[in-house]
Amino acid sequence: MSMFRLLVAGLFVALAFDTATAIADDSPHLGKPISEVDIKRWDITVLPDGSNLPPGSGTAAQGAKLYVDKGCSLCHGENGKGGPNPTLVGNPSLTADGIASPKTIANFWAWPTTLFDYIRRAMPWHAPQTLSDDEVYALCAYLFAANNLIPVNEEMNAQTLPKVNMPNHDNFIIKFPDRI
Amino acid sequence: MSRRQRGDGPPLEFVAGNGLLHRRALLGGGIVFAGAFGSGAPLTGAAAEPLQEPEWSLMPGDVTPVLQKPSRFEANVVRTLSNPKGDARTQHARAPLQMLEGTITPNALHFTILHSGIPDIDPAQHVLVIHGMVKQPLEYSVDALLRYPMVTRKHFVECGGNSAPMFSPVPIQATVQALHGLSSCAEWTGVPLSTLLDEAGVDPKAIWLIAEGADSLAVSRSVPMKKAYDDAMIALYQNGERLMPGNGYPMRLLLPGYEGNMNIKFLRRLKAVDQPAMTYYESRNYSPLLPGGKAYKFYFVNEVKSFITRPSFGCSLSGPGFYEISGLAYSGTGRIDKVLVSADGGKSWGEAAIEGPVCPRAFTRFRMPWRWDGRPTVLTSRAWDESGAVQPLRADFIAARGEAKKVPNVLGFPNQHYNSLTSWGIDASGEIKHVYV
Repeated sequence: MSMFRLLVAGLFVALAFDTATAIADDSPHLGKPISEVDIKRWDITVLPDGSNLPPGSGTAAQGAKLYVDKGCSLCHGENGKGGPNPTLVGNPSLTADGIASPKTIANFWAWPTTLFDYIRRAMPWHAPQTLSDDEVYALCAYLFAANNLIPVNEEMNAQTLPKVNMPNHDNFIIKFPDRI
Repeated sequence: MSRRQRGDGPPLEFVAGNGLLHRRALLGGGIVFAGAFGSGAPLTGAAAEPLQEPEWSLMPGDVTPVLQKPSRFEANVVRTLSNPKGDARTQHARAPLQMLEGTITPNALHFTILHSGIPDIDPAQHVLVIHGMVKQPLEYSVDALLRYPMVTRKHFVECGGNSAPMFSPVPIQATVQALHGLSSCAEWTGVPLSTLLDEAGVDPKAIWLIAEGADSLAVSRSVPMKKAYDDAMIALYQNGERLMPGNGYPMRLLLPGYEGNMNIKFLRRLKAVDQPAMTYYESRNYSPLLPGGKAYKFYFVNEVKSFITRPSFGCSLSGPGFYEISGLAYSGTGRIDKVLVSADGGKSWGEAAIEGPVCPRAFTRFRMPWRWDGRPTVLTSRAWDESGAVQPLRADFIAARGEAKKVPNVLGFPNQHYNSLTSWGIDASGEIKHVYV
């Protein structure tokens, strides 16, 4: 192919690309601009690095009382030992019952932030998003302490909670690394 | 003279042991059986009863309803419920796949899993917010999204825990519905997610998207931005009508081929971030435990799978002779390429007929003509997809993934992501049992 033809072909490609770009930019744009301030009430995702944890704090002693007062034991049993829904306190072996061994906070969960995120968004089951941030911190402190993951008197807050050491943290294999 | 002998076609062509016939017997005019239905002298009707008019042919029928329901004679074709009283735990509804044909699951029968019931969402008040690492956070009403250019695609959705009873150390005697009913396939219509992400202007450093629903648990999963830009859809329609409430009305995230739980229903928020959130469901339920105590995480894909739906446990064969073996195959990594069927427990295999068009990440129906000689036999199927992935044999699968030590509850989830074979043993009386080969 001559240089001239190459140039002409290149020009056509460029023109075609420009047209395509123009069409792509012709998106409907029917979304209403909104500010992060207005999204704040919904923006409850806590990331493993602790970002988006709210201000506030709580202790295991406060959490133990809340566990009873908020009806947590109805589903998870007294002292988190298990009921109709998963056991919250206990550290069973991950191999004793083979691949069906129970997964608990202490023996399986890789990140402490998962607990705060899930309690805040979903619990208690019959009245989600009714707990204050202090109460969520307190319940996390209670469950971490009951599982011997923190000293019983350690306060949970935005600085301490992400640093809780989860023993099973390094026992995960990414199944499909190419898809991330 | 038998009917078959009068046919003009070639003789029966067996392709594998115990009576599996070449798939041509089903295709292109039915080479083998053409003569039975085509030309030739009429058979004598001497043995038949004279026909009578049934009562429904002698009077006008019912008034036409606005919304059709199946015949009252099909009342057993329903989903099975794990939590019919709605106790404070998850509710599973399994699809009766062994009683359905083709590749589309009717909306009323599509499987659903609800972790805290079905929210009663007013679409006029529901919005979808896209925010986080974007140039401009945006809020979309349902009406706004309904104005967008849409795409229609046929895809299966399958729970990552579907087929969990197959981890049992002994075969659990249960129907396809009980074993594999947390899987369904629909024609989904909606807005490509990439369109909306481009409007918001996603920061290239945001490699994850946190999706969240408007249900009372605000079920949330981390989705790789790669998938969001590849073929993800904000689905608004299911088999031509708006989504069923249990399937995510008024909108859901559809991630073709990825485990059902990631396809967030009642979708209300997408946050672009630079790390996965490690939400409850990805941290616990959908990180399958491996033998030895390690676990997989980010097991996004439902890998290539197939199972015979007919004949299967729950029915029996009425005697030797011709049967069509029918089943479903699908893969989260592409189109089904071929399905092999065995009638001798895996000793010999014949290639099943696959009905097209074969869509990627969609139910694909396979069929195999079969002449049962009345002796005990084991039927099984094995699928390949276009990526080269093959359904693992059970011995290989169990060697890699393990099996439960105790027989689990058929409704339980001892582990996740089973995609090995399913086999049906048939005894001389035609009774069908679930077996392992």
